[in-house]
Amino acid sequence: MAEAQNIPAGSMTAGQIAVAAESTVATRMSAPPSFDVADFPVPHGREEEWRFTPLERLRGLHDGTAVASGDSLKVAVEAPEGVTVELVGRDDPRLGRAGTPVDRVAAQAYSAFERAGVVTVPKETVLTEPIRISVHGQGGVAYGHQVIELGAFAEAVVVIDHTGDVVTAANVEYVLGDGAKLTVVSVQDWDDKAVHVAQHNALVGRDAGFKSVVVTFGGDVVRLHPRVSYAGTGGEAELYGLYFTDAGQHQEHRLLVDHNTPHCKSNVAYKGALQGDNAHAVWIGDVLIEAKAEGTDTYEMNRNLVLTDGARVDSVPNLEIETGEIVGAGHASATGRFDDEQLFYLMARGIPEQEARRLVVRGFFAELVQQIGVADIEERLLAKIEQELEVSVA
Amino acid sequence: MATLEIRDLHVTVEADNATKEILKGVDLTVKQGETHAIMGPNGSGKSTLAYSLAGHPKYTVTGGTVLLDGEDVLEMSVDERARAGLFLAMQYPVEVPGVSVSNFLRTSATAVRGEAPKLRTWVKEVKEAMERLSIDPSFAERNVNEGFSGGEKKRHEILQLELLKPKIAILDETDSGLDVDALRIVSEGVNRVRETGEVGTLLITHYTRILRYIKPDQVHVFAGGRIVESGGPELADKLEAEGYEAYTKGGASE
Repeated sequence: MAEAQNIPAGSMTAGQIAVAAESTVATRMSAPPSFDVADFPVPHGREEEWRFTPLERLRGLHDGTAVASGDSLKVAVEAPEGVTVELVGRDDPRLGRAGTPVDRVAAQAYSAFERAGVVTVPKETVLTEPIRISVHGQGGVAYGHQVIELGAFAEAVVVIDHTGDVVTAANVEYVLGDGAKLTVVSVQDWDDKAVHVAQHNALVGRDAGFKSVVVTFGGDVVRLHPRVSYAGTGGEAELYGLYFTDAGQHQEHRLLVDHNTPHCKSNVAYKGALQGDNAHAVWIGDVLIEAKAEGTDTYEMNRNLVLTDGARVDSVPNLEIETGEIVGAGHASATGRFDDEQLFYLMARGIPEQEARRLVVRGFFAELVQQIGVADIEERLLAKIEQELEVSVA
Repeated sequence: MATLEIRDLHVTVEADNATKEILKGVDLTVKQGETHAIMGPNGSGKSTLAYSLAGHPKYTVTGGTVLLDGEDVLEMSVDERARAGLFLAMQYPVEVPGVSVSNFLRTSATAVRGEAPKLRTWVKEVKEAMERLSIDPSFAERNVNEGFSGGEKKRHEILQLELLKPKIAILDETDSGLDVDALRIVSEGVNRVRETGEVGTLLITHYTRILRYIKPDQVHVFAGGRIVESGGPELADKLEAEGYEAYTKGGASE
């Protein structure tokens, strides 16, 4: 497969493996983590964490000029019996446990939200139906905070749907008790003008399993930063992502898995398709294996499929290993083009152009969609991919 | 009876910011049941003929006609040509990541046949066709041409030929890069299709070797963008003995 244009150094299949005495993942951020927006300078765009992001399209989320307006986001939570759904004040002690904002926009969100949502699944409660959270933008600016907590040995699937139009920044926390199993599907199906910047922090308990599925279709700018760390040994994190970047859209997924605890696993797989002028996808995959994290097993992968000219992918995997006493660590990144020769080959076998494109894109995503393990979500995603293709091919 | 009629075909290609004429008036008629070998030196335009007939966008037809059973092939899109009964076995089959062979074959058969083949008979049909071509069953789940060896790619092309049952099959240097065993397997596949009597075959080749396995009714020598001599199988023997030199002198070739 040919390479997409403008791939920066370090984004090739081989990627980069740094064996660092101190974490460059941490040090290359322009300021230490903090809950206070004042601790971060206003970014100018050349910082490592902002260099791919079009700041001028963040509509002021990064420089303090975006002021929250009332009723910008309508949030509805539909939860099975046994689940507690609350709205709490800023001083609630359950906030801020899974992680600390690492950049100015996340800190801005933490400094500006008024009430936080807390969804709690009590210990040993195994849900058979998903918890559904609908987040609908109604214009304006909103800052949010959401906590989803599972007690020990609880099991739940959470589906978060983002629709409508809004400029929003948020922090989402997932706190998993020992042996808990949480699958979260976050679908970004925003209208064309929406701006969505969020940090997701997962704290994975001892022997707990966290599965995150991030699906991004819509929005003008979507910039998500899922982060995982472990509270005990035996934790497992699977981070899957799927994005379909259309003309003019900027979709950025930055991941960090911090192996701060021995004998934990992580598996990251993100796939994206791009189509149209100035479609821009960014994927940053940081995995840090700290010196104490013996027995770590990790793999991260990013694949992109560029369907037309004019689209751009930046894919940067980064693996830092501070101990050699691990089970495995690997990463891969590749960007391929659906080119005229492939199209000709399929058409020369009688397959019409649109169907040829569908065949390739469906095939590209199918394997990843199957990993989700929630049947109705899988079907919905495949249908949504078809819909994206119809719109953008037409 | 299906007939492909090529009349005074002229084709150009854009290369290095210049337009270059590759085909300079090709005349050829291929009927169902017949096998025509087109032989010629490198650069004579043989493959351009194959790709132009299939409708590759790189080539521009500047003159002439191509009719399949009286229908204007040049007016058809690439997929329409395939559905009308033209098949091109490619010299360099393309990798299509993410699309499994089994999915590809079924989608293609559905398009060409106009309806989805019944699943049970289809599975059997594919399995048997693969066995005849010594293709390992695991290929069905691999991505189209991805990581295939040269021989595997060619067998996969002939597998499609057997399943799609075209009216006219154009085999573009299907023999190149094959060892003797692979050549025999591929040739047997082509012969099975020919024996049905329902396909007209245009066998494009640089070497006479494949003609020991696939016996042509007519042999055409292609040089300088057109057919310069036609004859029976004995013409191939002459080429085997004398090579293409007689046809490439005098600047007729590209």
